[in-house]
Amino acid sequence: MSLFRFKGFPGTGSFRHGIHPPDNKALSYESKVEVMDTPETVTLPLLQNLGVPCKPIVKSGQTVRYGELIGVGEAFVSAALHSPIAGKVKKMKVVTLPNGKRLTAISIHAEGEQIPPEKLWEEMTSKDWPRDCISIYDPLTIVKIIHDSGIVGLGGAAFPTHVKVTPNDTRMIDTLMINGCECEPYLTCDYRLMKEASRSIVTGALLTGRAVSAKEIVICVEDNKPEAITKLREATEQTVIKIAVLKTKYPQGSEKQLVQAVLGLEIPLGGLPSDVGVAMSNVGTVAAVARGVIKESPLTHRVISISGKGIKTPKNLFVPIGISMGEVINFCGGITQDAARIIAGGPMMGFSFSDLTAPVTKGTSGITVLTHDEISNEQETSCVRCGRCVDACPMNLVPTRLALAARYNNPSIASQYHINACFECGCCTYVCPAKINLVQLIRTGKRLVAAWENR
Amino acid sequence: MSDTMKNSDPKDPTETAGLHVAPSPHIKNTGTDTQRMMIDVMIALLPIVLMSVYLFRLYAVKQLFICVIACLASEFLFVWMRGKAITLSDCSAAVTGIILALSLPGSAPWFVGVLASIVGIGIGKIIFGGLGMNIFNPAMVGRAFVMIAFAQLMGAGSYENMTGLVDAVSGATPLSALKFNGLTMDIAPLFWGKTNGSLGETSTAACLLGGLFLVIRKTASWQIPLSILLTVSVIAGITDITGSYSGVFLVHHLFGGALMFGAFFIATDPVTSPLTAKGKWYFGLGTGILIMVIRLFSGYPEGVMFAVLMMNAVTPLINRWTSPQPMGEA
Repeated sequence: MSLFRFKGFPGTGSFRHGIHPPDNKALSYESKVEVMDTPETVTLPLLQNLGVPCKPIVKSGQTVRYGELIGVGEAFVSAALHSPIAGKVKKMKVVTLPNGKRLTAISIHAEGEQIPPEKLWEEMTSKDWPRDCISIYDPLTIVKIIHDSGIVGLGGAAFPTHVKVTPNDTRMIDTLMINGCECEPYLTCDYRLMKEASRSIVTGALLTGRAVSAKEIVICVEDNKPEAITKLREATEQTVIKIAVLKTKYPQGSEKQLVQAVLGLEIPLGGLPSDVGVAMSNVGTVAAVARGVIKESPLTHRVISISGKGIKTPKNLFVPIGISMGEVINFCGGITQDAARIIAGGPMMGFSFSDLTAPVTKGTSGITVLTHDEISNEQETSCVRCGRCVDACPMNLVPTRLALAARYNNPSIASQYHINACFECGCCTYVCPAKINLVQLIRTGKRLVAAWENR
Repeated sequence: MSDTMKNSDPKDPTETAGLHVAPSPHIKNTGTDTQRMMIDVMIALLPIVLMSVYLFRLYAVKQLFICVIACLASEFLFVWMRGKAITLSDCSAAVTGIILALSLPGSAPWFVGVLASIVGIGIGKIIFGGLGMNIFNPAMVGRAFVMIAFAQLMGAGSYENMTGLVDAVSGATPLSALKFNGLTMDIAPLFWGKTNGSLGETSTAACLLGGLFLVIRKTASWQIPLSILLTVSVIAGITDITGSYSGVFLVHHLFGGALMFGAFFIATDPVTSPLTAKGKWYFGLGTGILIMVIRLFSGYPEGVMFAVLMMNAVTPLINRWTSPQPMGEA
């Protein structure tokens, strides 16, 4: 992208270091979002976000309507849970999510008349999302609706959104950044959402902006998604929202990197975007906010992309939360003969799993199936201190030092070199010529440091 | 886990074998690995090897053969003695052998190359824990050992005893001639390499060709050679002006010695040079200063080897001083 120019914002449109993995988005780039039928059962883990599990308020045998509250988030960092289908509650069960967490889950068997999911998707893609008259909504009301709708970050981290937008006297928000970078290879769910449901994103952005009293609202998109940018430009005409077109680079969608790229601000080590007056939400999240506030529907469905060379027909799907991964994969024709690894999320930060009964959760952005050719089984060799990991690290750390400190059980060195600043984006491991899994060693190192600090 | 997989409905997609799990990231850059980096170095060394064979004929062939075989054998032997898996396939020992041979005079007898290889690989590398763990550049450790142990065979005199070569390459090396006799040469033979010297150091053209390939491939950093060359140019330039050499001194110091070979192939060894870009600048600056200090004020006409070894010793310190500040650290 030699013609890349970045104007109108204090940042440079990019951040330091990072990598350029092949994005492979072409596989599912042009596939319109398809709506999946209501499944026979859904499994809803009580914890689908960062924080504390919600408290179930339904009993086995009870009938629930579509969108009925089935779990309340009592703690502040917790999210409500709603039924995405009409049906009968079955016995609680325990599920293992791809990230390794074993959680109690409410299981609901479909019964009675269902709201056709096509209707929900048509609602999302319609043109009549309001762009003015947003001021009739009181900021605190919006925050309450966000809380009651069980909205969490749909970009992957699944941080409860109401926590971010709750007014805080010590930290004023100047800028609301809507993250549509989608820098993970393969994933196209945010791209399709921006292209097909741009109006709902704009409404959600305006509502969220009102909730946090932001002076500026910026939608951030990488420059490899020109069609989404065009759609968003149309949809944001005559609004206060600005569009920032950023350089395509991994991990552009990481909040610290994005704040630096757009606003030129550095979030302090261990801090949050609110420390520099920024609130950040994914495009899917604000679309859910729009649905929650305008249509009074809770978060029950989401767009996911099922892609990878190991999937027969890559697709973007609108699915109920709680549907099993296996059903979704079968809907896409299943996996191919040479499929090697099934990943919840993208190939850089996603979790590989083998239990296909695991449900799609609020934070599942997609499923990527890689083939044997793509995954590297090469033998690890010695670190030759070439420094490529240092040149790739977007946090400006020294990954090799952190990893070796972890390997040789040296938490004091690891801590001295800021191991906890690592957000495990995987750039160092991607570039390492010795094929050392630095990220995994750093994860071990973080545990060592935590144990050492609590000794 | 297999139980839950069987329950998945309606048809189990994992029936096709070969699925597995592993930690993220799941994709890696397939363009590089350690072996590929070493092969890059060998490709970059090719023009220098060809030039040395053209200039020194059988002397070069013999020296290269002895050093590569001896390095591979010592690597095998010492790794086997440590009871570790044999690591010859990473090609690092072969690279050490070629660089070592190219840094020796063609006239050095066979046992010089063999001893240098044994010391370089054994004491310079494997004792520290093998590839990646050594503090000093193995080829230079070996060369320093034989240089001190066999001063007669490695000294200035050894370059003058070769017979049956291209005419221009008998006689003293350009830097010795300049230092001890005040004799100078034209720039053309200095640049193209029709001069005497260690096997690989004579041709600036060949070193630049190979060195640029390494830098473009990002196998070697560009900061180290650039900062060395800049530092040497500045110091030699000042000496040149103050001594009224009208450029001859500068040209000899840039093109006449082991500077080009050392800057691109010896100082850039990733294992023994700093990790960060800033550290690499300091490393190059220090190496350049030391090279000129040795060349100007010591009894040796050439200082690349000792300069690199001394800077290798301070690399851990440079790494500590230039440790990057994490993003957001005030």
